[in-house]
Amino acid sequence: MFASLDFSIVLQAIPAILQGLLYSLELTVVAMVGGVILGTLLALCRLSSNAYLGFAAKVYVDLMRSIPLLMMILWFFLLVPLMTGVRMGPENSALITFTLFQAAFYSEIMRAGIQSIAKGQINAGFALGMTYSQTMANVILPQAFRNMLPVLLTQTFVLFQDTSLVYAVGARDLLWAAKTVGINNGRTVEMYIFVSLIYFVICFSLSMFVKYMNKRIAIIR
Amino acid sequence: MIKIENVSKWYGQFQVLTDCSTSINKGEVVVVCGPSGSGKSTLIKCVNGLEPIQKGRIIVNDIEVNDPKTNLPQLRSHVGMVFQHFELFPHMSITENLCIGQTKVLGRSQDEARERGLKLLDRVGLSAHAEKFPGQLSGGQQQRVAIARALSMDPICMLFDEPTSALDPEMITEVLDVMVELAQEGMTMMVVTHEMGFARKVAHRVVFMDQGQIIEDSPKEAFFNQPHSDRAQQFLSKILNH
Repeated sequence: MFASLDFSIVLQAIPAILQGLLYSLELTVVAMVGGVILGTLLALCRLSSNAYLGFAAKVYVDLMRSIPLLMMILWFFLLVPLMTGVRMGPENSALITFTLFQAAFYSEIMRAGIQSIAKGQINAGFALGMTYSQTMANVILPQAFRNMLPVLLTQTFVLFQDTSLVYAVGARDLLWAAKTVGINNGRTVEMYIFVSLIYFVICFSLSMFVKYMNKRIAIIR
Repeated sequence: MIKIENVSKWYGQFQVLTDCSTSINKGEVVVVCGPSGSGKSTLIKCVNGLEPIQKGRIIVNDIEVNDPKTNLPQLRSHVGMVFQHFELFPHMSITENLCIGQTKVLGRSQDEARERGLKLLDRVGLSAHAEKFPGQLSGGQQQRVAIARALSMDPICMLFDEPTSALDPEMITEVLDVMVELAQEGMTMMVVTHEMGFARKVAHRVVFMDQGQIIEDSPKEAFFNQPHSDRAQQFLSKILNH
């Protein structure tokens, strides 16, 4: 049944695949870093005593979490040029969409992380004379990050897998590269198998890495 | 040093402090006691502005705590506070715990802060544990580090919020010893505690609270020998006769 498969195409495809992989990884890293920063700010807004800030952040998060990512990618790609007149190409458009989208998810994770730190720790920071931002930066967020790291990284695997959705707007990611080579050479099945393997290897090694990190940075209790 | 004038506080509809007034002079050690839920911990948290008050005034070192113009972080930086659950920062080593306030708030250099921190750690008898993390120490040891951390800021007075009530009995003494020493050196202290032995030994005055009110505010001898309120008498007979 598999006799007709010819995996020699894989070798030929390597340069194209690498280029696609590079973009997928870039997308993951940018959306992760940007998402964590923006998400932390959103979480702080939601937890702040300012009702307007809290409400605005809640609306943002709820909206982002209620719309499928694929729709977001499409709408952002189609609507933003219409509304602003700026054309940015599918790759950059996807970078921004992913960052904005991930921020909503990271913000919920960070919010839970911040809330998991007892109020006494905030008081201890304040009692030493630290300001709100010093207490957050030195006492609360470092602990929240450590507590939340497994969940943050799990969310990042999902993010890496979801980067494949950008094929919808024709951005040249890993999946796009594999598909294109496959179609051009009439070897789509081989290429899809190969690309699945790449996704698997990357996600699996990342999850090994997470296990290792968890042991290293866990807070001694 | 600390003046508490007609302070009232509500959580929503519920009044937790009613018209509390007392004062603590420089060098004085005042023990605040009373049954649970009497508002002692709330009162002491109002002194450095961790809890807001709705009525009255609290003045620390001539600065009004509840004045919106007051720079609270600055005020708190020289009012040491020790908590019931120690509240050391679990992600930092003992040395880092002792340095963080000094470097971030007082602007001391890392070396200067470290030197001061280690000196205080030695004072509370824990030099050997400088590089450990809070989770590796016993409760009593953690509380002594917490006292050292508060002292690292060179406070003008110290607030203790039930410093021994989360400790196993055999660890209480090691913490109280440090506090007694501090009191004997003339530190101004406000101590919320049930440790009447400590009160007898070093307190100048005892404040007794019940249901958010200060019922009794007397010199130590008077409080232990002839408390004038029934409530204080009952309380004393309960906690002293066992």
